[in-house]
Amino acid sequence: MPLLEIQNLSVDFATAHGKFRAVDGVNLTVDPGETVAIVGESGSGKSVSMLALMGLLPWTATITADRMALDGRDLLTMSKRQRRSLAGKDIAMIFQEPMTSLNPCFTVGFQIDEILKTHMSLTRKERDRRAIELMSLVGIPSPESRLSAFPHQLSGGMSQRVMIAMMIACNPRLLIADEPTTALDVTIQAQILELLLTLQQETGMALVLITHDMGVVAETAQRVVVQYAGQQVEARPVLDLFDMPRHPYTQALLAALPERATSQHLPSIPGVVPGQFDRPAGCLFNPRCEYATDLCRSTPPVVRDGALCHMPLDDAGNPTQPKILAEAAS
Amino acid sequence: MSTATTTSDIGGSPRTRAIAEFWHYFSENKGAVVGLCFVGIVICCAIFAPLIAPYSPEEQFRDYFLVPPVWEDGGSSMFLLGTDAVGRDILSRLIYGARYSLAAGCVIIALTLTSGIGLGLTAGYVRGWFEVLVMRLMDIILSVPSLLLALVLVTVLGPGLFSAIVAIAVTYVPHFVRLTRAQVISEAQRDYVTASRVAGAGTLRLMVIAILPNCMAPLIVQATMSFSTSILDVAALGFLGVGAQPPTPEWGRMLAEAREFITRAWWVVTFPGLAILLTVLAINLMGDGLRDALDPKMKRS
Amino acid sequence: MFRYTLNKVALTIPTLIGVTIVAFAFIRLLPGDPILLLAGERGVTEERYTQLAAQFGFDQPLWQQYLIFMGNLLQGDLGNSFVTKQPVLTEFLARFPATLELSIFAMLLALIVGLPAGVIAAVRRGTFFDHTLMTVSLTGYSMPIFWWGLLLIILFSSILGWTPVSGRISVMYFFDMPTGLMTIDALFSGDKGAFRSALSHLILPSIALGTIPMAVIARQTRSAILEVLGEDYIRTARAKGISAWRIVGLHALRNALITVVTVIGLQVGVLFAGAILTETIFAWPGIGKWMIDSIYRRDYQVVQGGLILIAGIVMIVNLIVDFLYGLINPRIRHTRG
Repeated sequence: MPLLEIQNLSVDFATAHGKFRAVDGVNLTVDPGETVAIVGESGSGKSVSMLALMGLLPWTATITADRMALDGRDLLTMSKRQRRSLAGKDIAMIFQEPMTSLNPCFTVGFQIDEILKTHMSLTRKERDRRAIELMSLVGIPSPESRLSAFPHQLSGGMSQRVMIAMMIACNPRLLIADEPTTALDVTIQAQILELLLTLQQETGMALVLITHDMGVVAETAQRVVVQYAGQQVEARPVLDLFDMPRHPYTQALLAALPERATSQHLPSIPGVVPGQFDRPAGCLFNPRCEYATDLCRSTPPVVRDGALCHMPLDDAGNPTQPKILAEAAS
Repeated sequence: MSTATTTSDIGGSPRTRAIAEFWHYFSENKGAVVGLCFVGIVICCAIFAPLIAPYSPEEQFRDYFLVPPVWEDGGSSMFLLGTDAVGRDILSRLIYGARYSLAAGCVIIALTLTSGIGLGLTAGYVRGWFEVLVMRLMDIILSVPSLLLALVLVTVLGPGLFSAIVAIAVTYVPHFVRLTRAQVISEAQRDYVTASRVAGAGTLRLMVIAILPNCMAPLIVQATMSFSTSILDVAALGFLGVGAQPPTPEWGRMLAEAREFITRAWWVVTFPGLAILLTVLAINLMGDGLRDALDPKMKRS
Repeated sequence: MFRYTLNKVALTIPTLIGVTIVAFAFIRLLPGDPILLLAGERGVTEERYTQLAAQFGFDQPLWQQYLIFMGNLLQGDLGNSFVTKQPVLTEFLARFPATLELSIFAMLLALIVGLPAGVIAAVRRGTFFDHTLMTVSLTGYSMPIFWWGLLLIILFSSILGWTPVSGRISVMYFFDMPTGLMTIDALFSGDKGAFRSALSHLILPSIALGTIPMAVIARQTRSAILEVLGEDYIRTARAKGISAWRIVGLHALRNALITVVTVIGLQVGVLFAGAILTETIFAWPGIGKWMIDSIYRRDYQVVQGGLILIAGIVMIVNLIVDFLYGLINPRIRHTRG
């Protein structure tokens, strides 16, 4: 049985100018101990779908889904209190900005102790011991003294280590890491990723890694979900996806990797992810897609060969015939 | 491209467009619109007092001492809100009183705005010892509770409405100086100021034409808020007997004269206070709307 | 933290000196002869006049007069009231506890009502409660408190008869007052009736004086909490599965308090200004009434001394608030130096 099942998840935000659909029909399954990466540019709804899973969206958001279950337990029908007892215990999440994600008014020790106190029935001494154990687990030197430190006394990398220590404190089954290295120095980024993978292997928890960096995906994940403008455009095992991308967007993302650059110039994808007011008709990616046809500009695509595209790419990376034309030809 | 379309859509000069946009945000706040309407009514009362008021504010009706309002037992339709201890019509006195409160508020704001902006601009632009001196002076003014300082100043100037106005204005100046100076210092580091300096703009021109208009939004909000407090403070000094002198129908003064009748005639106490409260409240509601419309980031009150 | 505190203290000293200069100038700027004003005597002979001038130091050059004035000030000599002939400092100290007691109660009331109201309004943002509270607090903020006090007297004293009209305690009670705070001294005297009487005298003035700070605290708490609730660390706290009330009551409030303490500090001056009006209305024998009475009586020596003492106290309270701000803000408390 999969650890996490999400079917047809959509999130709408009520804004001053009407409804805005930030996540549109997303599916995701995660098996125990697996690492899944969700990739996409900013504005593609990666974080929003995971925040919806955690129940962390503001009240302006409406969440609908056919199924959302953790370990077979249905999250949609659960009471708020039950949902809360899962957050931080079975599913935990770390965020993009470690420096602002820790409460500046409380010590590191207090904040780790708090999550232990909320979810585990441990004595004070056991909690203290566990906090020190966690701090050394995430590679913080002299953990005993660091427990009494305030967040402003820590560097960004150190803060993210504290966040990780705090969030794995209750041995979660699933850890969601929302761009955990984006705000950090390049040298620290690799260390934090390394730490996350080591911890995942040691504890056997599943990891959902949200990132916009295809390079990170290649090093870490077993499966990849590519998201664009709230929609899932492609979801496949990492090796297949890297060798034979089916969606033109995935292809473009991969082409933008420095190590794949064929010419002297690093290719980039022109344009930006559509927002609330500039949603195109047909396929949402069509204004930026080099293969777009009139069909793409008029009709929303359906999933073919694991990609949300009228003309999914073949193994050589060239677009195939649209389904309607293919049927007409036969 | 998109800006060009919006311009042609709405039409008119940039100024009318700015006003239209301002009104759009302002009118979203219902309280602000209600406040604006009420302030409008008060202003009308003040301007057209001789036309609106049934009687002269100083006319004494010897046969009608402490007549209750019209809806109370013993009330008379001659005096809608009743009469005071010497038989003057309270409604007329309130209508005329609006003149004193509004005029005093306007003069106070005019005085504080000019001196506050002048000192703040110079301090923020000249810097050095002048700035230190001005800011220390402002600290001193702020260290004494405003009403106490106003009382002491009125003592020096001699009691009266004009002294009260000057005294209150002095206690408000520091807020404007601090605000202007802070804005000027942050604005002076912007590129457009450097650009106009490189282009050879003189100091005075730079301050007045380039920097000042960009600091106006918070100053306007502060001025509105100070306008409402100034009405309260003028009334407070009137109440303490060192502001407007009898028989001026100033609202605070009216309250002071009514104090001894507080147990016998509730109306002589209630209505002047209500007039003060509603006017101040209306201005504050308006100020809230102004703040939202002019600068959504400014949240302090 | 130490350097922070020292810095704040150092910044206060020039301002305090400035206030003494203002107070020194005050008497010399008054219309009329300052010597006669200070003496409070009329029709003095020339001989007596020179004697008075020498007594007040007016025969010296101005800068020397100021030095003498400062010298006396540093020894606690602020001159004598010409009405009571008592030293100004003695009079001040006799009345200060009354104002202190009133201010403490008013501030407590403002905090007890304003703080939770602001928190609830922020949490229930956009609801009926929020709108009502914002309207009520803006009304409170716009309140002419001298009128508000009179209304309270009409309602609670005249119509309902629940509370006394004025003063600090009924005349029937008499006991030693070691602290000068009526409620505490009454409590120590062991007389329950005296305590109840002192408390009932305090209620209306406290409401009148506490209204504006209450409104300001409610509004500022609301906006501070709203701002904090949007912070990343609140999302973290929710991701930890902590209960909603603990998130608001601990994580959000603790951070919002840093802003609120500053706001409370700013209310101290407002409180003193309000005390002048409140004490006048309720015949409360404190500093505010003492000052206004002295102005009425042209007892300028008292006004001068009171000005310095009140400014000094406001500055000390502001220093305490700055210190508290440093204490509850870990970024300041845990910084070396």
